[in-house]
Amino acid sequence: MSAIVDGRIVMSGLAVGAVLHVVTAPDPVLSTPCVDVDPRDPAVVRLAADLLATQRVSPGCVGLAANQVGINWRVFSLDVSAHPKARTTHGEYVLINPRVEAASRNEKGREGCLSVPDFTGDVKRATRIAVRGWLPASGEEVVIETDAFEARALQHELDHLDGALFLDRVAGAHAVFARKTYL
Amino acid sequence: MSVLALTVLGHDRPGIIAEVTGVLAELGGNLEDSSMTLLRGHFAWTLLVDTEARPEDLESRLSGLRAEGLVVSVLPLPEHRREGETGNAFLLSVYGADRAGIVSAVTRVLADHGGNVTDLTTRLGADLYLLTAEVELPTDADVTALEAQLKSTALTLGVEAHLVPVEPDVL
Repeated sequence: MSAIVDGRIVMSGLAVGAVLHVVTAPDPVLSTPCVDVDPRDPAVVRLAADLLATQRVSPGCVGLAANQVGINWRVFSLDVSAHPKARTTHGEYVLINPRVEAASRNEKGREGCLSVPDFTGDVKRATRIAVRGWLPASGEEVVIETDAFEARALQHELDHLDGALFLDRVAGAHAVFARKTYL
Repeated sequence: MSVLALTVLGHDRPGIIAEVTGVLAELGGNLEDSSMTLLRGHFAWTLLVDTEARPEDLESRLSGLRAEGLVVSVLPLPEHRREGETGNAFLLSVYGADRAGIVSAVTRVLADHGGNVTDLTTRLGADLYLLTAEVELPTDADVTALEAQLKSTALTLGVEAHLVPVEPDVL
């Protein structure tokens, strides 16, 4: 059975997760590259459910990397389906050990991050991307090909897993701004 | 502790920032927000420093910079509590042939709509004058009317003006 049905990723085998505390910079876990894990490991499956639960209760949050909840594993959750800037969307999902396969067509956009509450910054990101990863529990391999806002969000989360924040990628010395509104 | 506002302006060379911050560190000052750029090649820096040092002491410690021709000022900054901003962020870009009055005309239109400029850069090139501004507009501002007025002002000045929303996305 394919894990992508009608363009949506089918998640299965996840229990209801717990809401975890989101850490903020300069916590060193955010600057540490995450390590690959076994997608079928029960602890990884539990983390996947916890990331989704935490993401759902965080206003405006469309993605969450494991190191944002203090865990140094290559896992993130994502759901941009309700976002007005999204074009292609794959629903709500968790990817394990994700890697970029291809990326093209850079565009600048202003990003904020739950782990950097005081600032926003202009960052160039590819608007088309292919990301390979594995689903928790089933361990199925998927390749997500997407664009626009989902592509930006994927790159933001992948950066987290590499130990980078958007602050590491801002477009210049005058491209960081005080964050004005707290969602 | 109180906040002092420093400005340092003048002929650029490597090491100005290192020297000023070295003095601040010796005085136990804590550097807060600052912004520096080159304005037509001139070093131009504005910074806020939280310190127990008196303005005159800081000035005398920076007298070496004055001696080499830099314009240095140190002024106490009155207490200011940042009010909760709830506006929407926009980026305004204006460019065209240089002439008197572009900045005043355009920013007057913004102000009349309650727009607050939160970041501003103007550059004069060989043939082109450029203004880019971050603008905070009240949530109830009539953006369509503002855009129309900016366009007609730009037309009068013979310049291009574009206002685009830059709301950040939390990822």
